[in-house]
Amino acid sequence: MSEAPEPLKVAIVDDEELARRGLRRDLAAHPSFRVVAECKDGFEAVRVAAEEKPDLMLLDIQMPRLDGFEVLGLIDPSIAVIFVTAHDEHAVKAFEVNAVDYLLKPVDPERLRQALERARERIRRREPMPVEALTRAARPSGVPLSRILVRDGPKVHVLPVEGVDYIEAQDDYLAVHVAGKSHLKQQPIGELEAALDPARFARIHRSYLLNLDRLDRIELYAKDSRIAILKDGTRLPLSRAGHQRLKELL
Amino acid sequence: MRTGLYLAVGLLLGALVALLLAARGPTPWVEAALIGLPLGFLLGAIGLAARFPARSVPLGQGGVVRVAATHASAAVVSTAAWVLAGAIVARLLDRLPSFAGASARFFTKAPELFIVGVLIFLLAVTVHYLVIALDTAREAQVRGVQARVLARDAELRALRAQVDPHFLFNSLNSVATLTSEDPAAARRMCLQLAGFLRRSLVLGGQERIPLGEELGLVHDYLAIEKVRFGERLTVEERIDDGCRDCMVPPFLLQPLAENAVRHGIAQLVVGGTIRIEARRSGGLVTVVVENPRDPERSGGRGAGLGLENVHGRLQAVFGDEARADVAADPALFRVTLSLPYVPEEKRERSA
Repeated sequence: MSEAPEPLKVAIVDDEELARRGLRRDLAAHPSFRVVAECKDGFEAVRVAAEEKPDLMLLDIQMPRLDGFEVLGLIDPSIAVIFVTAHDEHAVKAFEVNAVDYLLKPVDPERLRQALERARERIRRREPMPVEALTRAARPSGVPLSRILVRDGPKVHVLPVEGVDYIEAQDDYLAVHVAGKSHLKQQPIGELEAALDPARFARIHRSYLLNLDRLDRIELYAKDSRIAILKDGTRLPLSRAGHQRLKELL
Repeated sequence: MRTGLYLAVGLLLGALVALLLAARGPTPWVEAALIGLPLGFLLGAIGLAARFPARSVPLGQGGVVRVAATHASAAVVSTAAWVLAGAIVARLLDRLPSFAGASARFFTKAPELFIVGVLIFLLAVTVHYLVIALDTAREAQVRGVQARVLARDAELRALRAQVDPHFLFNSLNSVATLTSEDPAAARRMCLQLAGFLRRSLVLGGQERIPLGEELGLVHDYLAIEKVRFGERLTVEERIDDGCRDCMVPPFLLQPLAENAVRHGIAQLVVGGTIRIEARRSGGLVTVVVENPRDPERSGGRGAGLGLENVHGRLQAVFGDEARADVAADPALFRVTLSLPYVPEEKRERSA
C-alpha cells in the first residue's frame, strides 16, 4: 500500500448534521484522506465539486432539492463517489450491477476502509464514474423526467420540463431553450429524449426535441422539406421521420 | 347425480305406497304399482318443496309453537292433497274393466296413507333443517377465515408501517454518531427508540386504542426524528383533552406523521414545523396533521400510500361516518381526519 504524498480531498454530502459529523469522525481514522468540505444539500455539493475539486465525494442519496443521483449527473465524472444510504434497495441493486461502492447507515468502519481503498484505486486509474448507467438504473422506470438540471459553473439551474420550448443538440452538448434563453448541458440527445414524457416531447429532427405545446404550425419549406414554426416564431427543421412522428402525435 | 337421487327416492316412496296398498289390503299388486308409482314421485316432490317452509321459519327464531304449527299445517294440507291425487288416479283406473273397484279399494287404505304421508313430510322437514344447519356452519367458517385473513393483513401492514426502514436505520445512524460524541444523548435516544418500538408492538396487537395513546406514539416518534433532524424539525402539538379517550384503530396517525417527516421536513434544507391538532366538538373528533413542503417538488408521488392506508382503515372501522381530507397547497400539506367520537367503555377500562 503506497501512501500518497498529498492526502486525497474528500467532500461529505448529507442533509443531516449528525450523519455528516459521524462520517467526518470515521474519516479521521484515515489520514490519507482529508475532509475539505461538508455540504448539507445537493446544490452545495455541485458548487463544492466545481470550486474545491475534491477527489472523492461521500454522497447521501436521499436529500432535499437534489438527490444523490442528480448530483452525480451534474458533477465532474472523474470525482470518485461513494454513495451513502440508510435504506434504498433499488439503488443498492444499481450499485451492485455497476460495481459502484456504497455504504449503508450506520456505517461499518471496516466497510468504509474497503470503500476508501477502492476509491483510491479508482482515482489513481483516473476511472470515471459510470454516470449514465447509474442514473438510468437508479431511476424508477415509467416515471418521466419532471425537470431538467443544468449546471452553470458552480450553480445549478432547475428547469421544469413544462417551461422548456425545445432542445437542440450541439456537438457534445445540448442547448435547452427556455423562454428565449438557452442552457447548455452535456448529455446525448437520445438519452434525454428517453427520459422525457413522449407525449410531451417529440424528436422532430436528428438534433431537435420539441415541446409539443409550443408548436404553432408546420410549413412546406421546399419540395419535400418542411419546417416547424413555434408560437414565438422560432423556425425549426423537420426531418421526414420527425414529420411522421408529429402527425401521429397531433 | 342429483336427478338419479330424486329418481331413486321417488321409486322408493312409490314402492312403499304400493306395499301399503297391496300387502295388507285388498288391492292387487299391479293396481297398487300403478297408483303407487305416481304417488311416490308426487310425495318426493312435496318433500322437496318442504324446504320452503323450513327456510321461512328458521329453527332458532320464532318459538317452538310457531315452527310446529307451520309444519303441522303444511303437512296436513299437502298430504291431504296428495291422498286426493291418489283418489283421482284410483278413480281413473276404476273406469278400466280390469281395475273395476279400484277407487273403493283405495279408500280403505286412505287413512293409513295419510298418516304415512304426514310422517314422511315431517321427516323431509327435519332433513331440510339439517342441510340448512350444515350450510350455515360452513358459511360461518368461510366468513371466519376471511375475517382472520383480513385482520392479519391489516396487522402486517400496520407492522410494516410502524417500522419504516428509513426511520430505523437513520435513527441507528444517529445513535452510532452520538455514542462517541455524547454517550448520554446516545443512551437517551436508545431508550426513546426502544420505548417507541415497544409501544408500537403493544398497540399494534389491539383492535382499538384511545386516541391519546396514538398521539403519544406520534409524540415519541417525532421526538426521535428531532434528534436526527436537529433544528430542522420543530413540532407543535395542540391536543384537546376531551378527545383523548376516543377509540381509534392503532397506527391511524403515525403513518401521517411519518409522511410529514419524509415528504415534508426531509425535503427541506431549512426544515420547518409539523403541526398536530386534535379537538372534539360534540360527537365529532377532528385530527389535523400539517407539514411544510418544498413547492418545487410538491408534484411528486408523495403521500400516496400511507394516506391510502389511513383512509382505508378509517372506512373499514367507521364507514361513511369518517372522512380524510387533504389540502395540498404547494408549500403546505395538510390531512384532516374527521371521525365520530366513540369514547372508551367504562366497563372495559375497569376490567
